[in-house]
Amino acid sequence: MTSPLHGLLAADPVLATAGASMFADALRDQAVVVTETDWQPPLDGTAAHLTAVLGDARRADANAVALQRMTAAGADFVDVRPASEALGLERGTFLHAGPPIEWDRASGPLRGALIGAMLFEGMADTPEAAEAALSRGDVELEPCHHRDAVGPMAGVISPSMWVYELRDEVHDHTSWCSLNEGLGKVLRYGAYGPEVIDRLHWMNSVLGPLLQQAIRAAGPIDVKSIIAQMLQMGDEGHNRNRAGSLMLLRELLPSLIVAEASSADIAEAVRFSGANEHFFLNLGMPACKLSTLAAEGIAGSTVVTTMARNGTDFGIRTAGTGAQWFTGPANTPEGLFLGSYGPDDANPDIGDSAITETAGIGGFAMAAAPAIVRFVGGDVPLALRATRTMYEITVGEHTAYQVPILEFRGTPTGIDVSAVVRTGILPQINTGMAGRVAGTGQVGAGLVTPPAECFTQAIAALAAAAGTP
Amino acid sequence: MTDHLEVRSGAYYDSVSLMQVSRQVAGAPGVAAAQVAMATELNLDVIAGMGFSVPAGVQPNDLVVAIRAEDENGVASGLTALETALAALRSAGSQAGGFGEAPAPRTLGRAVAVGAANLALVSVPGQYATVEAYDAIDRGVSVMLFSDNVPVEDEVRLKDAAAARDILVMGPDCGTAVVAGVALGFANVVERGPVGIVAASGTGAQQAMALLDAAGLGVSHCLGVGGRDLSATVGGRSTRQALAALAADESTEAIIVVSKPPAAQVLADLEAYAGELGKPVHWATLGTGRPDLTAAVEAFLEARGQAVPTWPSWPAHDSRDPLDPLDAATGASGRYLRGLFCGGTLADEAMLVAGAQLGGIRSNIPLAPELALDADLRADDHVVIDFGDDGLTRGRAHPMIDPTLRLERVAAEGSDPTCGVLLLDLVLGHGAHPDPGPELADAIRGAREAARSGGRELPVVVSLTGTRGDPQDLAATAAALSAAGASVHLSNAEATRTALSLLSDLPADLLSDTDPLGGPR
Repeated sequence: MTSPLHGLLAADPVLATAGASMFADALRDQAVVVTETDWQPPLDGTAAHLTAVLGDARRADANAVALQRMTAAGADFVDVRPASEALGLERGTFLHAGPPIEWDRASGPLRGALIGAMLFEGMADTPEAAEAALSRGDVELEPCHHRDAVGPMAGVISPSMWVYELRDEVHDHTSWCSLNEGLGKVLRYGAYGPEVIDRLHWMNSVLGPLLQQAIRAAGPIDVKSIIAQMLQMGDEGHNRNRAGSLMLLRELLPSLIVAEASSADIAEAVRFSGANEHFFLNLGMPACKLSTLAAEGIAGSTVVTTMARNGTDFGIRTAGTGAQWFTGPANTPEGLFLGSYGPDDANPDIGDSAITETAGIGGFAMAAAPAIVRFVGGDVPLALRATRTMYEITVGEHTAYQVPILEFRGTPTGIDVSAVVRTGILPQINTGMAGRVAGTGQVGAGLVTPPAECFTQAIAALAAAAGTP
Repeated sequence: MTDHLEVRSGAYYDSVSLMQVSRQVAGAPGVAAAQVAMATELNLDVIAGMGFSVPAGVQPNDLVVAIRAEDENGVASGLTALETALAALRSAGSQAGGFGEAPAPRTLGRAVAVGAANLALVSVPGQYATVEAYDAIDRGVSVMLFSDNVPVEDEVRLKDAAAARDILVMGPDCGTAVVAGVALGFANVVERGPVGIVAASGTGAQQAMALLDAAGLGVSHCLGVGGRDLSATVGGRSTRQALAALAADESTEAIIVVSKPPAAQVLADLEAYAGELGKPVHWATLGTGRPDLTAAVEAFLEARGQAVPTWPSWPAHDSRDPLDPLDAATGASGRYLRGLFCGGTLADEAMLVAGAQLGGIRSNIPLAPELALDADLRADDHVVIDFGDDGLTRGRAHPMIDPTLRLERVAAEGSDPTCGVLLLDLVLGHGAHPDPGPELADAIRGAREAARSGGRELPVVVSLTGTRGDPQDLAATAAALSAAGASVHLSNAEATRTALSLLSDLPADLLSDTDPLGGPR
């Protein structure tokens, strides 16, 4: 017969405490090993919802399944195709980053990117005409996430744009992301000047087809493995992608060189990709999307499957609540500014790139990328603290993505809404900053967190789904 | 005098820590009075009672700082003391920087995982306690749930979730446990020995342990189950598990179940269950017509063939011995028993013992609903108050740690001409006030002097629960109390009977042998 209570009465008690430290002190006085919780009350108004969610007998197993699926998901780069083909994106529909939004509430950078897409698609001849058409509602706006795609910053994808296609063979999922345009005045930051539109046309006519040839010849490329390696080379996969970009180029280069194209076009494509530190970001994002897609639709799970922003609202979705968005006003990042830009120039948080944090890299892997702190205005201890703090709000650790300086500990993975609400610790997101005014482009980069109300709304919905108020 | 009042949002501290902070601020030069507390209803009442006007819209998780000082300089020194005290509270974990230690765990589940704990202790405010308990249960460890103010539906769900994983929920409102020699919460230092205790009563368990210790008998484990476990709603869920665990435990020879008055059917079912365990189970379950705790422990000793000792007591050392009840010179005295308790079960027992002689006793934890006291806790009648009850601890430390409210009432009874005898408890052990004797002795002395200046003699009796091993020094505490003029008894039942004997002025119309649960007098 096994002893009752898992042998509690036969073993030496080892304690964990939450509450008055006096009791922990009294235990230490008796030479008992005690781990004390640095306990704080949960976010306002969530106590009853938390009780219902924590009491949901499905939760622990559901979250374990979510973590298992997120870490098991594969991410193979298999193709590059126009969005009209890959996503079935019909003329007259544009995808955008973040939760659903309409033109009237759209921020400057999103408006700028939409205007740029109108010009690029030839649906308007001037920015003014584009704006008029958009404000009339001539174009259907839809979140990238609703088609299993992701877009950085404004995240605008129009039917003619080419997209990367990634596959998770384990769970039979596909995800897509636009091609990265480089830095500075680019569509994703809301710029739409002639140089932006010209570059987009070049990407469509030269870069996309070349990459398609290259990947069809060289592929599939295991993007998940590149992410695992880049974390060990000083990248975190969101604001820093240097190692990842070069590793990707290394994989593509042999088949690019022998592609059917002029050597001048090949040279320009290689130069463009190699010069762009964020070349890899647009493959890391759909890889992360495949990881979170695998966790969708697990009843009882409190794991976050989406964090995304449209420049006005921040939205999250959870494994246990399906397609429902929980939104709040997006915060404005804090960090460093380019040139003479300052805080007043920055737009509130924008982009689907927080998918990296949702999947356990980016801000969550900041300890792997101490160099990042120069870019976001912090110090090295901040990078270590950021990652270590995220373990407090995640279900577990990634099996493939590791942080050398933390003894190769897996990155914190699977944001648990209930842990966020209990601790008040909000997910740490590394991000770029777009100019507030349409057409400006990038003004800086920094750190941001979601608004707490996304999580207080989600816990209320999870409580309702748990069956008890 | 200059008053300073401020509200700080987003700064949570537990009530015990804030009590210490309040004392440090109150002790700063030029400060006359200070209260630093979370803005719970009770604490706001206290602050309003000090004459401060608290702004509307303050939330329970806001920190309120109230300082009354001689002048602006006093306020400044109080605020400096406040910042110093708050800074000292911040845990080492949150101060760690650089490449040092990881931040301290922020949820109990993570603390269990990080420390590989096999037992969790929860003492967060009641409205948050269920969540923490679930977190520990999910990690597969038993929980001592010290917190009170936990809804009974939550208790039932927690206990069912735990039983499904073969772990134990001790509580909620479980003040006392001893697991494999380790004292949790409020617990006395006892030798390890053959007696296993299951306790639906913290101070009841402490009383039993103190008596066993005085009889030279040690304890294997004392498993608290929470004061409501033997209610009809909870149905003895944890008691059943605890009995089974002790029955399987090699170091336990015999078991005592200690409880506040249980539901009759629950008790009957448990007695039947215990009969099949193969180990002797004795019942120290309070109720009308049932033995008091002392009598139950005596019966247990007799059943084991052990001698029943004379329970220790310490007579009052005072020129006017309270055992000589009424000072003939003054003649006048109050007619009513006033019992001011920190221990709920000790208060229950006192009401049962005294009620058998006095009839119904008014209380905030009444034995019958019609005996309930109003919110002001006052009545010209026999009154027993449990200062450890949920209603008086919301957002405040337990009176065994923070005696302020009870000491105020002791003083009030000193000048209340209707108070005929004062019955107090004092519980020692881990978790309790580090040296509660001197403060209580001062209060007793003050009340007796106030009574005397009011032309009456006020006898005081103290029920002192403690063991020889307790950190507070049982003998010294008893000596301090008896020097202040109190008659001190280790047995709570004995203390109550002594108090009754001192109420000898009792007019015939107040004497009754009716049901202590109420009824006509």
